[in-house]
Amino acid sequence: MAARHKSVETKYMEDRDAALRGLRGLDRRTFLKVLAATTGAVMAKSLMPPHSFQLVEVANAAPDKTAGAAGMAGKPPFTFAYISDSHLYQRTLNQRFVRAVARAVDDVNALDPQPDFVLFGGDLAQLGRREELDLGMQLLAEVKAPVKMMVGEHDWFYDMGDAWQEMFGPPNYSFDWKGVHVVVLMSVHEKDFWTARKMTPAERMHTVAGLDNGIQSRFEVGDDERKWLAADLAKVPHTTPLLVFSHSPLYKYYRNWNFWTDDAEQVQAILKPYQHVTVIHGHTHQMLYNQIGNISFYGMLSTAWPWPYAPTGLPPLTIQMNRADPFDQFDGLGDGRINVRADGLADKIYSLWDRNPVTVKADYLVSHGKIARPPAPQFASY
Amino acid sequence: MKPARTLLFSILAATVVVASFTLAGAQGPGPIADPKSEKQAGFPADLYSWVIPPDNPQTPAKIALGKALFFDDRLSADGKISCDHCHAPAKGFTDQLPTSMGIRAQFGQRNAPTVLNALFNVTQFWDGRAPSLEAQVQGPVTNPVEMGMKSTDDAVAKVKAIPEYGKQFQDVFGHDVTFADIERAIAAYERTQLAFDSPFDKFIAGDPSAISDSAKRGWSIFNGKGRCMSCHAWNPTQPLFTDQKFHNIGVSAHNANFVPLARKALDTLSQSGGNAEEIDKLAIGTDMSGLGRFLVTKQPHDIGAFRTMSLRNLLVTQPYFHDGSQVTLWDTIDHYNKGGVQNPYLDGGIVPLGLSEAEEDDLVAFLASLTSPEYADAAKQEYDLQFKRSRTNRPQRDTAAANGDNGRGPGLAGPFGDIGPPQTDENPALLGGD
Repeated sequence: MAARHKSVETKYMEDRDAALRGLRGLDRRTFLKVLAATTGAVMAKSLMPPHSFQLVEVANAAPDKTAGAAGMAGKPPFTFAYISDSHLYQRTLNQRFVRAVARAVDDVNALDPQPDFVLFGGDLAQLGRREELDLGMQLLAEVKAPVKMMVGEHDWFYDMGDAWQEMFGPPNYSFDWKGVHVVVLMSVHEKDFWTARKMTPAERMHTVAGLDNGIQSRFEVGDDERKWLAADLAKVPHTTPLLVFSHSPLYKYYRNWNFWTDDAEQVQAILKPYQHVTVIHGHTHQMLYNQIGNISFYGMLSTAWPWPYAPTGLPPLTIQMNRADPFDQFDGLGDGRINVRADGLADKIYSLWDRNPVTVKADYLVSHGKIARPPAPQFASY
Repeated sequence: MKPARTLLFSILAATVVVASFTLAGAQGPGPIADPKSEKQAGFPADLYSWVIPPDNPQTPAKIALGKALFFDDRLSADGKISCDHCHAPAKGFTDQLPTSMGIRAQFGQRNAPTVLNALFNVTQFWDGRAPSLEAQVQGPVTNPVEMGMKSTDDAVAKVKAIPEYGKQFQDVFGHDVTFADIERAIAAYERTQLAFDSPFDKFIAGDPSAISDSAKRGWSIFNGKGRCMSCHAWNPTQPLFTDQKFHNIGVSAHNANFVPLARKALDTLSQSGGNAEEIDKLAIGTDMSGLGRFLVTKQPHDIGAFRTMSLRNLLVTQPYFHDGSQVTLWDTIDHYNKGGVQNPYLDGGIVPLGLSEAEEDDLVAFLASLTSPEYADAAKQEYDLQFKRSRTNRPQRDTAAANGDNGRGPGLAGPFGDIGPPQTDENPALLGGD
């Protein structure tokens, strides 16, 4: 019989048991050391020819007619993965969301070949507490590929980002990757609604965490950060493909739930001169994609819960996923991969848990739905 | 290890399951193998009319031929293994072994599923790799660890060489023996095995005294706190206790590192072409069996997922799960109660349930009420054995995990409800009135 294999989730649960049952809880360093020892043993690469366990399609589609000369000849395509919207509570409260993150970590660690990096899409914590962020950091430490962090409103509005920035650095930054310019935004700033109401940090956090209230203001990238973005892009030629990560969608979908970026048009105007722009956003917890001019938008899945589609404003290109099975904690959730092609466009794979994966090709979006239509689901949505 | 059976039942089984019988001899397996009446309390007539395929209608002659083939060990390479070797009518059309024993005393990787009500399965086998009863026949016949025939042609040649069959095939199908017709005949016989006349069916049909109070409480838990109904779906038009889907509940996770195993399977299948026969061999003969539905769909979410089995006649089809790894119904419920075995592909519906001992006993009483009359005595004996064992021997029990493992007792596992509220068997729709 094979040696008993332990997934990240199993190991987490054992550690949690030890802590909760008052046994000698492992401290973080010991915990990670134990993990390193076990994962090293079981994750040793098999000697088989590496083909993707998740059956990655090699993106070799011909550049479409709208692409023009992308100026990307000879640049290697690459793949990255994401995990997003985990909404962790502190570990004594429940295990549901922890199980889901652990599952996502196991999932991206199982990819073969491994992604170049894994983006975390924001809302690591539920109520912005340091212990929630600590728990998330501990879980994400198990990801084998490098992790890039992005902030969400749930991480921010308890202490206005102090803990998050201390742990993960500045909330907006950019880097170049294999011929693509990557920008990570902090797109969930809000106008000050709390000072006049004399709110405590916890009250402010709870207000922002609420979905449908008239008290909080709308998300925005904000003046300062738009200036930063324009300056950052000033040195990037217009032929370079852009990959923009944002927590809020960077377009206006549904105001009441803050599926919304108030200065979306101004941000889009900054991105407009570029031939290929792909925006990858979190926050909406559903399969969601859109095309505005030269910009393809793509919403990430959550690991915590799926939101229903909003009553108005759904982009016409989005093919709705089925309503999630309420019995199944993981239905409608998952993680995902993005294959950046040689022409700078990006094909996206929704790795839905407990369902078949769905691929949304860049051609579908840039052709405004004329070609490469993803399959429609069998059942009605909400 | 399975519990020792009583002497009486062993004798009964030995006399009922006839290892070999000839058509002319017609000693036969006795009335327990006869086609079942459709006059059963819970018989779903509408559904039944849907599941008989138009290209294989039921006829008495075809059913008789199928029955003869089902009990004929000449369909195997060494002439010792017939269908009923693993699907014995007296044992609820199973073999009551953890995993089945085929030709030359080889053991496969899977527990024999029952033929009872198998006509209603949307797919056959634990992993659904066959789309119909007809398509299912070929698997065991040609699998090297089951009946071991080299090919379906060999099986046809063997049947052709038996004179009585030639005539029967002519009468039923109007031509010489073909494997497709062997499949049709066996499937037609299997479609006569119905199980809808249990005490539970009589209870649903309006007889409140048909099942015990304990079983009624169990039915309530089944629908509520136990969450069983979510997968073992029952309703009056489809009273099957299955959702016909595939779920990873963590049975294989005890000893399988799924990811490398899945890679190995993809590799093997891509080299061999991955046809039905290859998948069958991996499922029955290798450690890749634990991957379950994944072998068929190649989709990661199907890793370790197996078909939801019906719950009828569970007390004559022990042991439980696809690998026969659980000995008693209490062990099986303990497995669900603690939230299965954690693994990255665990179905999202599998969570700790917080069932108490009394609730587990009631649930087993309900499951016992799903027994067909012809198995009542055998089931009673098995129930007594399992009950006795469950008082002292509970390897799967993990009360802390079942209660949400936060050390605060059941029902207190935090505001986001890892555990259901205490169970009542009152109608929840009527609670909270004046």
